[in-house]
Amino acid sequence: MQAKEIIARRVAQELKDGYVVNLGIGLPTLVPNYLLPDINITLQSENGFLGLGPLNGQEPLPNLVNAGGQPCGMIPGGSFFDSAMSFALIRGGHVDATVLGGLQVDCCGNLANWMVPGKMVPGMGGAMDLVTGARHVIIAMEHCTKDGGSKILKQCSLPLTCRGKVHLIVTEIAVFRVDNGLVLEEVGPGIDIDVVRKCSEADFRISPTCRQMTI
Amino acid sequence: MSIPQKVISFKDAGQYFRDGMTIMFGGFMGIGTPAGLVGSLLAEGAKDLTLIGNDTAFPETGVGPLIGNKRVARLIVSHIGTNPETGRQMMAHEIEVALVPQGTLIEQIRCGGSGLGGVLTPTGVGTVVETGKTKLSFDGVEYLVERPLRADVAIIKAKKADRVGNLVYERAARNFNPIMALAADLVIAEVDELVETGAIDPDIVMTPGALVDKIVLAGRD
Repeated sequence: MQAKEIIARRVAQELKDGYVVNLGIGLPTLVPNYLLPDINITLQSENGFLGLGPLNGQEPLPNLVNAGGQPCGMIPGGSFFDSAMSFALIRGGHVDATVLGGLQVDCCGNLANWMVPGKMVPGMGGAMDLVTGARHVIIAMEHCTKDGGSKILKQCSLPLTCRGKVHLIVTEIAVFRVDNGLVLEEVGPGIDIDVVRKCSEADFRISPTCRQMTI
Repeated sequence: MSIPQKVISFKDAGQYFRDGMTIMFGGFMGIGTPAGLVGSLLAEGAKDLTLIGNDTAFPETGVGPLIGNKRVARLIVSHIGTNPETGRQMMAHEIEVALVPQGTLIEQIRCGGSGLGGVLTPTGVGTVVETGKTKLSFDGVEYLVERPLRADVAIIKAKKADRVGNLVYERAARNFNPIMALAADLVIAEVDELVETGAIDPDIVMTPGALVDKIVLAGRD
């Protein structure tokens, strides 16, 4: 199974029935494909609606795009609103969980995912509000960079998206809970704890109930 | 008493744009950006503009053409990642870009249009966003003081208007538009459809006509 699918499947297990969820672009958008049976969630799109859904082969409607600007569908019972309402929902604790990608996360629950100085400066968009206001902040990312460097650090070196707001980090080889440092809760399929240690710059504690991911 | 004539041509709309103006534009990645009014701005030749809006869309959509044609001196936006030309001009110091969290940006605009002196938000605490800003703490939570934003002109896009300027938006094209209608000295709405006054149920009006100064009809001159 590919790394991205492992991560998406594992993140899906965090989403409880009835949750309102905002998904970042990229990997997080895979998560709804793997929801557990009988789990229904409502997706919030920060450009102004609740009830984001797949197109399912239908003709796209005008002015219906997701927060990545791509045509999308909408489920029955959805609603549109302006950006002030959208971010009141986000900051005000009305979004149960957000799943975002990350460039770096550190053992204090700090996240960097919005810029690489001198190289990539896309802007934070809604990410800073999402990590500030969502009840559960889940970072879904591959454990290492393309060059093999760890993205789980003692201290983020890139400009932060937030300080101390991350609750859970899911990679293809590990699930960390942030609780006064990182706690290893699960390892990926067939992965030894030593591999997680080797691939993580940050130190972590091992949960007494640490187990293999079930995906 | 006669109702002021709000419906104008795109050419007439052009006369309101001046060099050095601050202009708010609705839209999210170009969805809900008034393309015809962006065209008027281009045709008018106004330059050294300060633009306030969510993002610079793509090179050919939203306000992308204004960036590409070097009309913009300064941007206050949450995102520029989908328009490589904005990034290039920023790196080359040809354009000044202030990146603002999206939820903060919309609240600054709301404050600017609502008679408020600012808003307290926890967003951005502990990041570069807090640089130079006043921080206040209440009940153990730190907040940044974010000041209001206003513009000389707001260009917004709606699905439908009546002749007094009541607006209805369509789907995700609403986004920043109704909030910006509060926050500029002159508000010009581009609409797909113009109906007679009274034809829009007052219960579904999303922006009250009193906020809209001028209306242009998309696809016309």
